[in-house]
Amino acid sequence: MARLKFLCDADRCIECNACVTACKNENEVPWGINRRRVVTINDGKPGERSISMACMHCTDAPCAAVCPVSCFYGTADGLVLHDKDLCIGCGYCFYACPFGAPQYPRVGNFGGRGKMDKCTYCAGGPQADNSAVEYAQYGANRLAEGKLPLCAEMCSTKALLAGDGEIIAAIYKERVQRRGYGSGAWGWRTAYKEGLAV
Amino acid sequence: MMRRILPLALLLLAAPATAQDRSPGLSGNLPAGAPEVQAPVPEVGDGRGGQPAGQPPATTEQAPPTGAPAPAVAPVAPAAQPARPAPATDALRGEISAEELGLQRALQGGRIEGRITIPDRQAASLIQPEGREWRVFHNRTLAWTGGIAVLGMLGVLALFYLVRGRIRIESGWSGRSLLRFDLLERANHWMVASSFIVLALSGLNLTFGRYLLLPLIGPEAFTALSHYGKLAHNFLAFPFTLGLVVMLLLWVRDNLPNRIDLAWLRAGGGFLGRGHPAAERFNAGQKLVFWITVLGGGLVAASGFVLLFPFAVTDIGGMQWAQRIHGILSVLMIAAMLGHIYIGTLGTEGAYEAMGSGRVDYNYAKEHHSLWVDEELAKARETVAPPGGARVAGAD
Ligand code: HEM
Ligand code: SF4
Ligand code: SF4
Repeated sequence: MARLKFLCDADRCIECNACVTACKNENEVPWGINRRRVVTINDGKPGERSISMACMHCTDAPCAAVCPVSCFYGTADGLVLHDKDLCIGCGYCFYACPFGAPQYPRVGNFGGRGKMDKCTYCAGGPQADNSAVEYAQYGANRLAEGKLPLCAEMCSTKALLAGDGEIIAAIYKERVQRRGYGSGAWGWRTAYKEGLAV
Repeated sequence: MMRRILPLALLLLAAPATAQDRSPGLSGNLPAGAPEVQAPVPEVGDGRGGQPAGQPPATTEQAPPTGAPAPAVAPVAPAAQPARPAPATDALRGEISAEELGLQRALQGGRIEGRITIPDRQAASLIQPEGREWRVFHNRTLAWTGGIAVLGMLGVLALFYLVRGRIRIESGWSGRSLLRFDLLERANHWMVASSFIVLALSGLNLTFGRYLLLPLIGPEAFTALSHYGKLAHNFLAFPFTLGLVVMLLLWVRDNLPNRIDLAWLRAGGGFLGRGHPAAERFNAGQKLVFWITVLGGGLVAASGFVLLFPFAVTDIGGMQWAQRIHGILSVLMIAAMLGHIYIGTLGTEGAYEAMGSGRVDYNYAKEHHSLWVDEELAKARETVAPPGGARVAGAD
């Protein structure tokens, strides 16, 4: 079975935010919620990098470990998905997540968090694949149609890679070999407890 | 994008090498321990050829210091590589801009933050490894501390009850009573107590429910319960906090520590031996409960409100700390309050009435609060016979 991962080649990302837009559009993500975002570090200075980041679908996922209602589940492809019908919006997954992936719609009283929303790797949720109710809650289920997440497919520089971890790692390695540099697979050690030998 | 332009500039001008020029095999030229300039992130895989996975940049020392290229482990043959800038010399390498060094230092396994083009400021934090520590806190530290504190306290109380039994009114019920807490005091106490119990149960449910309740009642029912628990927790925070303030105003005067408390504590509070040390309206033990409630509860409330309004006053690190303080103090307070509840009901004959009807038996009061009784009696005499006023014959 594949182990699906994301890899952002920061030396290619040009911060065009197409991935962010593609995700919002494909999944009808509500206003105020960003499942994917592009962060630029060292903006305007030497060593500037832009990295597109969303849920990394971690190994031994911290969010799942701390969720008081245990609403996360793992798929055979290594994805970390959750059941919104069970989430109580406590916000704990955001405290534990290294990548700031969980998002909460503002509903109810105080800073009231609604049911958590995050990147599904375009794989929907626990409902029947590509049903209307699944789409309303989680957005598209491209994976069930044999397609990869739209963010990666849209990426104009192919900086953002999605797919089986070994395959995208090999693509990235080859790139680094050819061009002679690469700042590495951002977040991999944190998410998958393994770096990327190039 | 600076870093795409710089290698070019380097080629043309042979300018001092910055972090940008780097090629596989070049690492061999680095003097041992030289800062690895390319990879801005130690936690990511190193992009250079021939380095094993998971090596932080600082491990360039492993490369032979002789200047020989590092052995290429990677399958791609060096011949297949396109032309690239001439290898920089050590002298050129030495010139690393201050920003670059600062960047590397900032990224040594720590938090990585940047600029973001969406309004959500929290999203600018790219990687926050502190989540790992928070996870350990929530799943281990808090669960174990809470479990040991609460179960340990129950065990101690059960043991105490078995060994010492109920502390009786030694001289028996007198049949006469005096007012200890008026209606406002009692109403406020019960507002704090009842909201505390619901806050405690709904809070403990977040910490332990998934292990204890979820397997019993199933995910749907458990989510419904936790959802209402969360609502109750959020709303009861307000009466709880209001009650704490009123409690402070009502009782702080009688809870200031003084010398009598030392004697009371030295005598073991009458728990261990027989007989009761002298005490005023509140003995040292009760004062301790008061301060645990007011100070502990105050901190729990303050950290709770930080949690209640996410990111209103602080960032992710601050939220994690608020949660830590809230969780740990809460479970410790729950343990302390179990002790308080035991002493106020089962543990001490005649004590519960103080918060029930508000009136305690005269003998109970004399045994537990001798100085307070004296004071109350003096006050009562004064109302009956005001000093300096006309003395009614036979009034005493
Ligand atoms: C007084 C004001 C209080 C406020 C504003 C408050 C607020 C909160 C909030 C917002 C949470 C996060 C989960 C959620 O949203 O439900 C929480 C968790 C919790 N609270 Fe409170 N709370 C208060 C008082 C208390 C008291 C008095 C106790 C205990 C006696 C308590 C015990 C807990 C516990 C045990 C947790 C779960 C901690 C964990 O599992 O990590 N809280 N509280
Ligand atoms: S990135 Fe965050 S939300 Fe996604 S699996 Fe990891 S911890 Fe969970
Ligand atoms: S917000 Fe929802 S998914 Fe996240 S930890 Fe709380 S209950 Fe679980």
